Amino acid sequence: MPEVMERKKKMTLVVMSGDFDKLFGAFIIATGGAAMGMEVTMFFTFWGLRALRNTKPTGKTIFGRMLGMMYGGDITKSNPSKFSFGGMGRWMFGKMMASNNVAKLVELRDLAITLGVGLYPCQMSMDVMEFPAESFIEGVKPAVGVGFMLAEAEESAVQFFI
Amino acid sequence: MSDDIKPDLELDLKGLLCPLPMVKVSQNIANVPVGGIIRAVATDPGAMADIPAWAKSTGNEVMSAEKVDGQFVFLVKRVK
Repeated sequence: MPEVMERKKKMTLVVMSGDFDKLFGAFIIATGGAAMGMEVTMFFTFWGLRALRNTKPTGKTIFGRMLGMMYGGDITKSNPSKFSFGGMGRWMFGKMMASNNVAKLVELRDLAITLGVGLYPCQMSMDVMEFPAESFIEGVKPAVGVGFMLAEAEESAVQFFI
Repeated sequence: MSDDIKPDLELDLKGLLCPLPMVKVSQNIANVPVGGIIRAVATDPGAMADIPAWAKSTGNEVMSAEKVDGQFVFLVKRVK
């Protein structure tokens, strides 16, 4: 095999959305990339942090606690970006996907971790939203900033912003 | 044709949807020796595009991809 084949291709995804459908797309791309032999890095910022959350309550300040209550819960609580209907949409899409035998969002995320995809939370978003590292699931990488993300992106042949 | 070839591994990908057929093939390619063959059967029509693309990207070889009785049968050879 020629030399160029030996170096692993890289892919970087910035996940800003916490919407069910967009997280779905992000994890399908990430697991697909890992399967195609790419080194995949995902950065979760702002609403996207939901994808990494466990169910522990969060928030220190009054606003933080409010956010923790109103935007609480883990990845299974993410709503579709359209037809949310106050939680009905999540249930409906869940049913439709299950009947088509599509993998669940949480299964895709866990598969991503199994395949070695790096899941990095954004430190600044964690501070703003008052989501400490303890509010994330196991397997999440240490928090990073935009510098780390850009250094990864610079080396990546494929990049996504979701 | 494909009837003469003895695969080293059979993969049942029936019922799985994108991206899982491709993911399963990639997870199992290391389970056959270099030069070894996986025979995979999928029901997702998307796999007809995805598995050859995966092979091209990873430097492996799809020896055949055929539709047989509504299923998609792949012979994938591990090249490296």
